[in-house]
Amino acid sequence: MAGDGKQEGRVEAEEVRGDGMPSSILHPPSSEDAWHVAGLTLRSRVLLGTSRYPSLQTLLDALDASGAELVTVSIRRVALGEADDRESLLGVLRARGLYLLPNTAGCFTAKEAVLTAQLAREALQTNLVKLEVIGDDETLHPDAVQLLKAAAELVADGFQVLAYCGDDPVTAQKLADLGCAAVMPLAAPIGSGLGLVNPYALRLIRELLPDTPLVVDAGIGTASDAARAMELGYDGVLLNTAVAGAEHPALMAAAIRHGVEAGRLAYCAGRIPRRLYARASSPEDGLIEVDRRR
Amino acid sequence: MNETATQEIAIEVNGQPRTVPAGLTLDTLLRHLGRDPGAPGVAVAVGDRVVHREAWPATPIEDGARVEIITAFQGG
Repeated sequence: MAGDGKQEGRVEAEEVRGDGMPSSILHPPSSEDAWHVAGLTLRSRVLLGTSRYPSLQTLLDALDASGAELVTVSIRRVALGEADDRESLLGVLRARGLYLLPNTAGCFTAKEAVLTAQLAREALQTNLVKLEVIGDDETLHPDAVQLLKAAAELVADGFQVLAYCGDDPVTAQKLADLGCAAVMPLAAPIGSGLGLVNPYALRLIRELLPDTPLVVDAGIGTASDAARAMELGYDGVLLNTAVAGAEHPALMAAAIRHGVEAGRLAYCAGRIPRRLYARASSPEDGLIEVDRRR
Repeated sequence: MNETATQEIAIEVNGQPRTVPAGLTLDTLLRHLGRDPGAPGVAVAVGDRVVHREAWPATPIEDGARVEIITAFQGG
């Protein structure tokens, strides 16, 4: 009967989840489904970058539509001798009550990244940092050696380090062991919009680090990518270009928000196992009999 | 450093060489550069070390100093 079938399905799902994860990491969402990272309690699992929007108003509309509470900013030299309207961004973000996550984008060495983080802390009065140490200009892939060095120094200096990294499980594990507040492996190169090019590696990282806040950072192209990241059990998704570069950024921001929520719910719901062959969903008992020979 | 009161020194600010009057401290240097040292959201490093805002008035700018003045911009 239908009831029996449902029961049977649930037992299977509890033994091994369809994505191969042990059911012990299932944690049904509370009514608000808040999560905790770097001493913050966040209700939104979307982390949004503030760069490359066609206008400040477009950025603000996208921020509102995304529901993001934690947003990234970069640290750059002020322009001397001329009024610089880029500087007005800070006030606008603060006025909206958003948490700021300064990044170390553009840094190629641990030394640069550490000084940038320290300047960010001084300028923004925050100990949060999205640590980014790039190793290659074209792929913008992180330099694992410099990244680990910088992470160790910044953690020792009292920073809450959210570390952008490759999808190598060993580096991810080391970052967690160093005491990073979050580990943020890429889905694909920054700005590429390729989506999850190696979901297997992302899955491994989730399994290896069940208690570390994990965020998929970079490579998201559209809402389904964000949903897939969340279905792997990630705690959040950080993106920028997919929204800023969309034809209608605010619409895409809303789509990402829904994708993240859908993926999160699906993860918490515990998906069915993948099967090679079909399995009838209608009851097999009580079928009518017809003479098939005629 | 010579004795003349009107002496100037050569420093680097945000990667650009500049000549400024000798005897400035970090806060007066900012003012000299047309920036309000009281404005929030700005941080300064001299010679790759962050100088806390409270220490700006007590930080003399010496010949050859490398000064970085930063703030938050759009970023991903």
